[in-house]
Amino acid sequence: MSDAPGFEGLSCPAPLAGHDTVQLAHGAGGRLSAELIDAHVLPRFRHELLAKLEDQAVFELPPGRVAFSTDTFVVTPLEFPGGDIGDLAVNGTVNDVAMSGARPLYLSVGLVLEEGLPLALLDRILGSMERAARAAGVSVVTGDTKVVDRGGCDGMFINTSGIGVVPAGVSLSAASLRPGDAVLISGTIADHGMAVMSVREGLSFRSTIASDTAALGGLVADLLAAAPGLRALRDPTRGGLATTLNEFARASRVAIRVEEGAVPLRPDTAAACEILGLDPLNVANEGKLVAAVPAAEAPAALAALRAHPLGRDAAVIGEVVAGEPRLVTLRTALGVERILDLPLGLQLPRIC
Amino acid sequence: MRFLQEYRDPAPCRALLARIAAATTRPWTIMEICGGQTHAILRHGLDRLLPPALTLVHGPGCPVCVTPLETIDRALAIAARPGVIFTSFGDMLRVPGSRDDLMRVKSRGGDVRFVDSPLEALQLARRHPEREVVFLAVGFETTAPGNAMAVQQATREGLTNFSELVSHVLVPPAMAAILGSPANRVQGFLAAGHVCAVMGWREYEPLAARFGVPIVPTGFEPVDLLQGILSCVEMLERGEAGVENRYARIVKRDGNPSARAVVDEVFEVCDRPWRGIGVIPGSGLRLRAAYAACDAERRFDVGDIAPQEPRECISGEILQGVRKPDQCAAFGKACTPATPLGATMVSSEGACAAYWQYHRRNP
Repeated sequence: MSDAPGFEGLSCPAPLAGHDTVQLAHGAGGRLSAELIDAHVLPRFRHELLAKLEDQAVFELPPGRVAFSTDTFVVTPLEFPGGDIGDLAVNGTVNDVAMSGARPLYLSVGLVLEEGLPLALLDRILGSMERAARAAGVSVVTGDTKVVDRGGCDGMFINTSGIGVVPAGVSLSAASLRPGDAVLISGTIADHGMAVMSVREGLSFRSTIASDTAALGGLVADLLAAAPGLRALRDPTRGGLATTLNEFARASRVAIRVEEGAVPLRPDTAAACEILGLDPLNVANEGKLVAAVPAAEAPAALAALRAHPLGRDAAVIGEVVAGEPRLVTLRTALGVERILDLPLGLQLPRIC
Repeated sequence: MRFLQEYRDPAPCRALLARIAAATTRPWTIMEICGGQTHAILRHGLDRLLPPALTLVHGPGCPVCVTPLETIDRALAIAARPGVIFTSFGDMLRVPGSRDDLMRVKSRGGDVRFVDSPLEALQLARRHPEREVVFLAVGFETTAPGNAMAVQQATREGLTNFSELVSHVLVPPAMAAILGSPANRVQGFLAAGHVCAVMGWREYEPLAARFGVPIVPTGFEPVDLLQGILSCVEMLERGEAGVENRYARIVKRDGNPSARAVVDEVFEVCDRPWRGIGVIPGSGLRLRAAYAACDAERRFDVGDIAPQEPRECISGEILQGVRKPDQCAAFGKACTPATPLGATMVSSEGACAAYWQYHRRNP
C-alpha cells in the first residue's frame, strides 16, 4: 500500500481533434488553420499555383487588355433553391469580368467564417464553388480564410476577385449606346431574388422557383462572335433589370424604351412577386445579361443567345431612342408609356 | 396563376375603355379608396386612357400614410429599447417619424426586424422568451384579422412577452369624413376590394344612401379597375346612389364572418387621428380591455410624445382627394422618395410615391 499518486490513470489533456464546426482557432494561423486549408479548401481547387501556398499567385497572362473585378457575397440563407453562396460568389465575379467581353481566367477567394459554422455546410459550399469554377473554366489561384467570433458575421461571407483577358478589338461600355440600338435580355427575370426570398425565415409559400445563378463567359463569347458590334453588356443583379437599364441610359445619355410584354418572366416568379408586392423589374438576377447591340445585329445576337443553354429564353425587350436623355420608359400591355425608375434602396414587402 | 394574365389582358381592357368613353357625358370625379388601386392604375397607365372628363382622385387607403405620427414616434421609442425585438411589415420601416425612422433606429443598434405576418412575430416571441417582442399592428380592416389572431394566440398560449402597438383604422368613417367636408369634390367611390373581402359591403349601403353616391367595391387588376370605373360612371350618369359589387370573385355582401368575429373579439372601435387629416370619430380599432396585457402602449412607458410634422407637406389634402401630388410645391423638390416629407412619398401604396415613380415627367 503506497500513498504515492497513481500515475497510470493520468493522461495529458490533448486538445480535442476532429471538430464538426468552425473554431476560432481555425483562423488563427496555427495547426488548425493548416488542417482547415489542407482538408477542406485545397482539395476543392486543385491548382499548382494555389497548392504552393505562397502569399501570392504569380502567373503570365495571354496578350491583351486585362479585366479585373471584385465582389463580396453576403446572402441569407446561405443555401437556397438553385444554388448557394458558393456558386454565387464564383459566378458573380466571373460574370462581372465577362461583361467586359473578357474571357475570365483566374479567381481569388477570401472566406470570412463565423465561429460555429458547421464544417459539413462549409464543405457543401466549397463543393459548389469547385463545380462552379470548373463550369466557368476559371482557376482559383490564391485565397485567404478568416474566422470571426460567433455573431461577427452571418454564417459566412465570401469575397472573390477575378481576372480575365479582353479579346483584341472588343471594347464594351455602358456609355456607348446609340439611338436605334436594340436591347436584349438573355432570359427570364427575377428568379434569383424570388428564390432567395421564398425560403427566407417565415415566408412559407411553396414554390418551384430556383435561382438562375450561372457563369456567363460562354454565352458572352457566343454573343460577341455573332454580334461584333456589341455595345454594352451588364448582368442585372441587385436592383434588377430596371437598375441596369437606368445605368445604361445615364451613362450613354440616351432614352431607352422597353416593351413590358416582351420581358421574359416565369408565371410562378410573377405570382411570387405579386404576393409580396414586388416589381419583378427590380428583383435580382444572377445568371442573366442585358445587351445593347446595333439594330442590324439584333437578329444574329438573339439567335446566338437562344442557341446557348443559358440564353434559351432570350428576347429583344426594347430599343434605344433619341428621347429625353437618361429616361427609361416602359410601354405597358395597354400601350401606355410610363417611367421605369430605379428602385429606391431595399425592396420591402407590402402591408396588404 | 391565370388571374394575372386574364385580368391584365389588353383586349377586355380596350373594350371596357370604349364603354367608359361612351358612357361618360359629363365631368365626374371618382376616388379610388385604396393605395394599392392607385398604384395599379398608374403602373398600368389606366389614368392616361380614360376620357378627359373623368378625374380619378386618390384616397386615404394607404395604411402607411395615415398611421399617425404619434404612433410612429412611439414605435421608434419602443424599438430603441434594449431587450425589445421590434417587428413590423416591411413598408413601415422607412416611414419618417418626427426625427427618425425605424431603419435608422435599427442602424443605431435597435433590434428591428421586418416580418410578413404577425404570426411570424409571435414565433419570435416563442423562440426568445427572454426578449420583449412587439409588433406594429397598423392597417385597415384587411390586416386587422391577422393581427387580432396573433393577440388571441399569444393570450391562449400564455405568452407574456408578446405585444402589439395597435393603430388600426377603418374605411367607412373616413369616407363619411371626406363626403362631409366642405372641400369635398368626390362624387363616386371605388371601394377597396380587400377591405370588403373582410368586411363585406353591407356597411357601405347607409353611406351611399346618406350622401347619395355610388360606391363600387373594386379589385386591383386592370380589368377589375376598369369594370369598377364603368359601373361607377354608369351609376353617376343615371343619377343612382347605392353599392354595386364589381369584385364578386372575392367579395361577398357579409364579407368573411370568421375574420370579422376575430376582429370583434379582440378589438373595439375608438376615435383615431389620421396622419395629415386629424381625428376622425369612430375610425379606429384598439385592443379591448380583456387583451390589455398585449397592448404595447400600456406596457412601455415612453413618456410624452410630441410629434412634429413638416409644414410643407400637404399629404392630408392628398389623402382626402382635395389635391393631387403634382399640385404640391414640395413634390419632386424638397420631397422625393429619398428625402420624404410625408408618408405618402414613402409607402409603396402612397399616392405621391406613385406619381414620382410612374409620372414625374411625361414620357
